[in-house]
Amino acid sequence: MWTELCFSYLITCPMKHVVKIMALLVAISSIWVGLLQTSIIPHSHTWLLPIYFVVSLGCYGLLMVGIGLMRFPTCPQEALLLQQDIIEAKEFLKQKGIDVGSD
Amino acid sequence: MEQRKEEKNKYSIIIPTYNERLNIALIVYLIFKHVRDVEFEIIVVDDGSPDGTQDVVKQLQQVYGEDCILLRPRPKKLGLGTAYIHGLKHASGNFVVIMDADLSHHPKYLPSFIKKQLETGASIVTGTRYAQGGGVHGWNLMRKLTSRGANVLAQTLLWPGVSDLTGSFRLYKKSVLEDIITSVVSKGYVFQMEMIVRASRKGYHIEEVPITFVDRVFGSSKLGGSEIVEYLKGVAYLLVTT
Repeated sequence: MWTELCFSYLITCPMKHVVKIMALLVAISSIWVGLLQTSIIPHSHTWLLPIYFVVSLGCYGLLMVGIGLMRFPTCPQEALLLQQDIIEAKEFLKQKGIDVGSD
Repeated sequence: MEQRKEEKNKYSIIIPTYNERLNIALIVYLIFKHVRDVEFEIIVVDDGSPDGTQDVVKQLQQVYGEDCILLRPRPKKLGLGTAYIHGLKHASGNFVVIMDADLSHHPKYLPSFIKKQLETGASIVTGTRYAQGGGVHGWNLMRKLTSRGANVLAQTLLWPGVSDLTGSFRLYKKSVLEDIITSVVSKGYVFQMEMIVRASRKGYHIEEVPITFVDRVFGSSKLGGSEIVEYLKGVAYLLVTT
């Protein structure tokens, strides 16, 4: 009940972002405490859940960075096109007598 | 809506410069080449470049007209954020584009920013290097790694709703830019992130268009240890203030 309330508050109420994240963490830990008390799954497992949570968060981060790196969009052809544009622009500027230096 | 279309949109392109003698001339040429059929002005905010950037801008004014290129210099280097505020004061358009002078942002994408805004009515159109059709050239593996890491961290903690937080090629409704820029305090990379996160929190409609980013001066956007610390501080700051 309480977590549901928390979530609906999260979605509708404007608040500082850190508060949102804290609320989310509180919601998650309340679920955890609930699991501890009801013992739906064995206690020995429930105690390890926070560790799993942190580890999976870390894995998520590494995975996202890895995927991002593998699929990093590059555009070598753009560098060539830009060189052409620069030559064209320099030509025009020379015609107009604008001195932009040699660099 | 038809009535609205009758009102002519005008785009003020603000370009802060410091020692961009060659690049500002190239970029102005490319803007005039690619932006057609819309009314626009280029506002160059030069922070007292010793290399004669302002002389080049004055010569460009002779070619393209003084009402199309405005030179609004400042006496010395005073930072990027205040450069935009300074340029904004002189902007006569109802839209403002901000872009870098070093040609890492190519003016050929300007029409797609304008088109996207017209199609969606967005308050902000931001260029993203990480979407289909976008990309980066000239970064080594380390630079890519820090970029991806920084992005994943910010996406996970801040939920900003845009894929490229630190990109600085953006189109704003002038009123929206005026509204958010005054509450932004960060500098450097974090400045662009704070702008877009604050805009997102305020509920402004933000759209993205893919852009390519060519780093011509190799390593010019290198991220050192101090930049990484600044970035982390920026993320923490945004967590508690937005």
